[in-house]
Amino acid sequence: MIRAVLLALLLCLAWPQAAHAQVAIDAAPLRFVDDAEERRFHALVAELRCVMCQNQSLADSNAQIARDLRREVLDLMRAGHDDAAIKAHLVARYGEFVLYRPQIGPATWLLWFGPLLLIVAGGVVIARIVVARRASTPLPPDDTETW
Amino acid sequence: MSASRARWLPLAAFGGILALLAAGVWLSRDPDRDALPSPLIGKPAPAFDLPVLGDPERRVTQADLRGAPYLLNVWGSWCPGCREEHAVVAAFANTQRVRVIGFNWKDEPGDATRWLAQFGDPYALVLADYDGRAAIEWGIYGAPETFLVDAAGTVVWKHVGPMTDATIREQLLPQVERLEAR
Repeated sequence: MIRAVLLALLLCLAWPQAAHAQVAIDAAPLRFVDDAEERRFHALVAELRCVMCQNQSLADSNAQIARDLRREVLDLMRAGHDDAAIKAHLVARYGEFVLYRPQIGPATWLLWFGPLLLIVAGGVVIARIVVARRASTPLPPDDTETW
Repeated sequence: MSASRARWLPLAAFGGILALLAAGVWLSRDPDRDALPSPLIGKPAPAFDLPVLGDPERRVTQADLRGAPYLLNVWGSWCPGCREEHAVVAAFANTQRVRVIGFNWKDEPGDATRWLAQFGDPYALVLADYDGRAAIEWGIYGAPETFLVDAAGTVVWKHVGPMTDATIREQLLPQVERLEAR
């Protein structure tokens, strides 16, 4: 009796998954021929962004499309493409967005050099304050200061 | 720099940060902000050779579809957003202005056929991409997605996510009119 109940419970658990069966051919993990290939693959997919789950890399994501793209990357590697060609292949289809390190160009100048610009601007402001303080005599005590 | 000016500096900086945050909120008001712009726009539709759903012996390539514009609608029976937009796609297909071609993405043929039987089949033809390789050529990364391709085989428009009546009216129809005016 208990066995029958357990079996029924198990079937209940299994049922929704059976109803939402996904394509089974992707279930197999990728197999690498040697360590060098595996290392190169992992370095490459860590630099590519998953297009579906946009805050994960292709290496981290479990989304179906990320799996497909990982398979595509491995296929391209085996077809003899170098890393730059593989990245260009994905950029041609999904756009610059897939690169975690976008190419330097007019559209990305601000992205690449903006932080440097901010540091320089901050340095200029600080330098001006320091120069102004040095030039002025020490301030008299200010009784109206409230903070 | 005088003392009184220095006193207002933190307030001014705070105001500046506030303005920056407000700009960020304002810029993110677009519900489609996560949609990636397709690099395929203005380029030839990618090459493919796919079987037809329900008739796997018959294969269709991008060359077979030349000669008239078509709307390629990516869907799967596993995709809730596709069900959501299905009535919109069907209504547009009913107007007969452009062929609507289904792109059945990573789906079991049996599930796909049942889905069409249940919700209606507005497609002139459904291509079946079982392993998802052709989808990568199109830069497809989710369903539903929809492409408009002109008679010469050039991709002219793409929409990511479920289409609504407003999408059809404000984005797709102006593109269709442009194609018809050529």
